[in-house]
Amino acid sequence: MTKELLKGNVAIAEAAVRAGCEAYFGYPITPQTELLEHMSSRMIELGRTFLQAESEVAAINMVYGAAAAGARVMTSSSSPGISLMQEGISYIAGSEVPVVIVDVIRGGPGLGNIQPSQGDYNQVTKSAGHGDFHPIVLAPSTIQEAIDMMGLAFDLADKYRTLVFVVADGSLGQMMEPAELPPMQELRPRPTWSLTGKKDREQNLISSIYLGASLLEEFNRKLQAKLAIIEKNEVRYEAYELEDAEYVVVAFGTAARVAKTAVQTLRRQGIPVGLFRPISLWPFPEQQLTDLADNGRVKGFLVTEMNAGQMLHDVRLAVGRGLPVKFYGRMGGAIPMPEEIETQILNLINPAAQPETTPEGSNGYINR
Amino acid sequence: MQTSIVISGFGGQGVLFAGQLLAYAGMDNGYHVTWIPSYGPEMRGGTANCTVIISDEAIGAPLVNKPDIAVALNLPSFEKYEGLVKPDGLFVINSSIVTAVADRTDVDVVYVPANAIAEKQGSTKMMNMATLGAMLAKRPFLTLDAIKQALRDHLPASKAKLLNANFRVLELGYEAAQQETVA
Repeated sequence: MTKELLKGNVAIAEAAVRAGCEAYFGYPITPQTELLEHMSSRMIELGRTFLQAESEVAAINMVYGAAAAGARVMTSSSSPGISLMQEGISYIAGSEVPVVIVDVIRGGPGLGNIQPSQGDYNQVTKSAGHGDFHPIVLAPSTIQEAIDMMGLAFDLADKYRTLVFVVADGSLGQMMEPAELPPMQELRPRPTWSLTGKKDREQNLISSIYLGASLLEEFNRKLQAKLAIIEKNEVRYEAYELEDAEYVVVAFGTAARVAKTAVQTLRRQGIPVGLFRPISLWPFPEQQLTDLADNGRVKGFLVTEMNAGQMLHDVRLAVGRGLPVKFYGRMGGAIPMPEEIETQILNLINPAAQPETTPEGSNGYINR
Repeated sequence: MQTSIVISGFGGQGVLFAGQLLAYAGMDNGYHVTWIPSYGPEMRGGTANCTVIISDEAIGAPLVNKPDIAVALNLPSFEKYEGLVKPDGLFVINSSIVTAVADRTDVDVVYVPANAIAEKQGSTKMMNMATLGAMLAKRPFLTLDAIKQALRDHLPASKAKLLNANFRVLELGYEAAQQETVA
């Protein structure tokens, strides 16, 4: 296999196809439409199911149905579309069927704009629907990682009978980068629990309704026990230049790419800074950050996100009150530039040294 | 070593394709590359741009504040990028359309009559290749042959009959920039 120059949205779609995605239901929305577009030709070509629904609400319920019937199934959307899907997402969580959802986040709130953002961090990690549950949330920062994550997402969904989100942002969806696609996998058989027709076997039931309080509490207890196992087993992160780091930038997705450039620049100047990049946003790599904070060498953290500070709270919980955790964010579809993050790292190290300036051509930033 | 290039112009001037050719050529010659288009509201005003980064190391940020090279195919792009090119960088201007003259003295500026060159070879649509040729004359981070190979591999089948004309426009852009230096 050789590397090809691939657009993020197309790469994610083709990786899903090759991971044995049997059915796709969706509704177009920028900046993820190329994903749906690629599916519309590839799935048909392969004799699989592609359906452009009349709305996101319809699409997610079709996904629910296909998952209950045992198909490896996914949908994709962008922020407002995910909001519309939330009722169905909660039903899927309550029914414990495996589903993969790709959210290519755009600027919000409201209709917002179509530019890159990480403003849905809280939504996907903590509030993907009503009731007590968390999806597994994976955040790629390169196109190769996004490709590799699609197979992983489907496997995790099956393994735990759970929802898995892959969250990118508009820039990762729209950009092109050399990457290698995996070989084509065969469709997996329908699981034994799925609704395949009860001839010659006991009845299977997929439902999220438990009318008695004790029944529903028992189900919730079981669900929480499963989530606890996921929290134990499925934490993923990248540690970059952390062996001797005294200052740590924490960032995910596109913001982490930008932060990596800033870290490289400052490293060349001899500044001991590193990058901690959560890859699983849920489960969040809390213990690993606590360990960094407690290692006796690290003196401070800078969290940088393309939002007003959402993952920031998870980092602060992990780090505790012993060390400074500063925040730098851009909102509304703006991507920070490496120079901005360099300035913020230098400010963390020596608050008096750097003048605070508003990034060129911007309406400002948010600092916490 | 990392080179960042912004190509900017009207929709239809081949901005995104020219950037993709650079990315393909860079990739095929063993470099790390990223290509990212403008797709937000700035396109609605009729100007499209893309940023290409070619590097011998893994690339972090796919966007830059100040590109090493800016290629302005129209006047709005000239106005937007004149101030943004990095000091000691290169500013390539399509002088067929942009009659303004750059004030910057701390960057290399090259004027190439891209539309005129392309038109003589059969179609102004190939003007983007003249600017790529001019750029590579001044900053040879890729060879003309690398771009030609990328054209061979990626020019849409419907335009295959224009392959040699595209090669010629690329070479003429290169020569125009070289002659400008001599003069």
